[in-house]
Amino acid sequence: MKLDLDISKIDKCRECASDIADRIMEQVRNVTTTTCERAVLRLLGVDGVDRAGVPLPNVVVDMAHQAGLLSDGIATYMARAAVSAGLSLQQVAEKVACRQLDLADLGSASCDCDRSAVSGAVAASLGRIRENVAKRREYLSRLDSGTEPLIYVIVATGNIHEDVEQAQSAAKAGADIIAVIRSTAQSLLDYVPYGATTEGYGGTFATQENFRIMRRGLDSVSAETGRYIRLVNYCSGLCMPEIAAMGALERLDMMLNDSMYGILFRDINMKRTFADQYFSRMINAYAGIIINTGEDNYLTTADAYEEAHTVLASQFINEALAHRSGLPDSQIGLGHAFEINPEMKDGFLCEVAQAQMARDIFPNAPLKYMPPTKYMTGDIFRGYLLNGMFNLAGVMTGQSIQLLGMLTEAIHTPHVHDRYLAIKNAKYVFGSARHLGEDVIFRPDGIIQRRAAQVLADTARMLEYVRDQGLMDAMGEGIFAGIARTPDGGRGLDGVVARSERYWNPFEEAMSAQLGLATSSNPSRR
Amino acid sequence: MPQVDLKNVRPYGDTLDDGRVQLGFSLPIRYGPEAKEAARQLVIKMGLENVDVVSAHDLGGLFTYFVVYGRCIHSVDVTSLRVPRVQVEQMDFFRINDLVRDKLGRKITVVAACTGSDAHTVGIDAIINMKGYAGEYGLERYPWFRAHNLGAQVPNETLVAKAIDTGADAVLVSQVVTQKNVHIANMTRLVDLLEAEGIRDDVILVAGGPRITHELALELGYDAGFGPGTLPSHVAAYIAQEMIRKEHRTSPDLGEER
Repeated sequence: MKLDLDISKIDKCRECASDIADRIMEQVRNVTTTTCERAVLRLLGVDGVDRAGVPLPNVVVDMAHQAGLLSDGIATYMARAAVSAGLSLQQVAEKVACRQLDLADLGSASCDCDRSAVSGAVAASLGRIRENVAKRREYLSRLDSGTEPLIYVIVATGNIHEDVEQAQSAAKAGADIIAVIRSTAQSLLDYVPYGATTEGYGGTFATQENFRIMRRGLDSVSAETGRYIRLVNYCSGLCMPEIAAMGALERLDMMLNDSMYGILFRDINMKRTFADQYFSRMINAYAGIIINTGEDNYLTTADAYEEAHTVLASQFINEALAHRSGLPDSQIGLGHAFEINPEMKDGFLCEVAQAQMARDIFPNAPLKYMPPTKYMTGDIFRGYLLNGMFNLAGVMTGQSIQLLGMLTEAIHTPHVHDRYLAIKNAKYVFGSARHLGEDVIFRPDGIIQRRAAQVLADTARMLEYVRDQGLMDAMGEGIFAGIARTPDGGRGLDGVVARSERYWNPFEEAMSAQLGLATSSNPSRR
Repeated sequence: MPQVDLKNVRPYGDTLDDGRVQLGFSLPIRYGPEAKEAARQLVIKMGLENVDVVSAHDLGGLFTYFVVYGRCIHSVDVTSLRVPRVQVEQMDFFRINDLVRDKLGRKITVVAACTGSDAHTVGIDAIINMKGYAGEYGLERYPWFRAHNLGAQVPNETLVAKAIDTGADAVLVSQVVTQKNVHIANMTRLVDLLEAEGIRDDVILVAGGPRITHELALELGYDAGFGPGTLPSHVAAYIAQEMIRKEHRTSPDLGEER
């Protein structure tokens, strides 16, 4: 530890976060959601759209939901339908979509005997995900896996084919990680669009076909450059577990996947989000995907200096909830950001304190560091310097994933040369200051040490308060980002269903077992 | 320094009227001497002379990025310009509230939203939310304003319904995403809806966002547009003064100049 932080305070924070997560999990374990069940269908291989263009997982789950069947889990009904009609699971979904088959006619799910009908599909799907994990490991061992901080850039043209060209250009210029940012409205869509897409606003739709196209494009650059280029997408919004399933099947390497982001910034219901994040993170854990949490977003609305402790508190909570989905520390990319007002005296020292503190407290986490956005004004030259300072803070505090700032932030989605200039900036600073962090010792009782100690103390106080109030109630008071949400408010609550005693999710069951988690899909077993 | 000719203003580098301009752009062609020549000729067509391609970089094979300098052959007659701007006297939090209390005698109701697919609430939050921005309180903190921030991705219909519901005096729309001009259609649609409901003239309709100008807002049928750098007090002062103008139909006494 470089900052001489009070270990007992860190322990106190972890203890509180653990209690907070346990209370959330009590609720999570008793429910399922429409998107969790759609993710099960996707993992079972159900794909495609009906004549109206509605994805088959939605068609089937919506019908099952209306018939009150979801509390048993969709897998049971799929298995029974496949057995009784002698069909494949995809055919079952197609028949349901044509109204030729009604899952409700099969009666209630009372026995286990039909479950074997999906076991082949479950094994195939899990096998494909494990193959992806092995393939990634093989790539990383054979190719250059990059040096931290890894360089992360975004493409966002709206057209997946154009994205591939820009991504390849960025990768050749030195980017290690490519994120395809999503079209602005996608987080609030209660379905995942289908097929390759060439139109989007502020980004490109996350679809399984788009994942596949970009993966292929990046693998070809990996082969050409001898460096493994990682792919990222957004496992957030109303379809978290489905996106996780798609990413696991198409070998994404990272997913933005926060436990509270949707609640705060997209006004998605908290019961829905907590349930969705649980299953989506389990899929990510199983698929070896590194999650990126979204604490940086707090600082776009709240002040980065005054609310620094909310970032650290959220990191502790994200960590505790991630552990409960089976994610190891090495896959928990906790987020934070360089957002202190550049006019503030010694602001850079406070940024270094915050970044170093995250590194000291979460030594094995692949920390994700987000660039200045709030004080990017359109003055691209000043912005370029701010990004240079951000890169300096990143390399000297040992950040793992550096999302590069764009000099044209607040003007437009990045132009091809904006990304190039950002990579040049980062490569210069990272190279030139490579071992600065190892050589510099922070003066005891200096500005940086005192700042970190103060933020940690504030965090411990906040987490104790949240533990006493309960996270859901505390969120109702607007403790994060100054945004207040209530347990029954927000979008997506109608997609939350209590689990029956017969509830069955074969993927949760299998993944929990392999991740060493206590199985908890059935409340009667607890 | 010699006198600037306001009828013929040119870019200033380090000598009056040297016309020096810097450009940065990419072409979707391979790096090489032809790429540099292509950039140079393109810049000449833009109306620059003495063009120097000072830097050219290969962006991964398919693109080349250039930094170019040249002398602009054009000039601008500044004396003939007419730029529409929001007519408002700048006031602080206290003066605005005092003005509303004294001249209007009732609270001003404001509804605000990021409409359409736009999820970027940073701007509207800065103007409306209690916390405000850059050391200024947002409208929620103004005792003589009743502000409702509906947040992100609000359908125009919902915003109009809320305006009717609350008897809003002012409707604020924030548009950050402007890719493919999605904001234009969205903003126009709101005006249509307000007119269909017969309340367009009952509200002060204000647009804001990084690519919004007052001129664009007027063109689209809004009363005012606020661009980047706008503070809560700018919007509050405008709404307060416009309300008083509307209600009194006379120019209000705005107190002493400062």
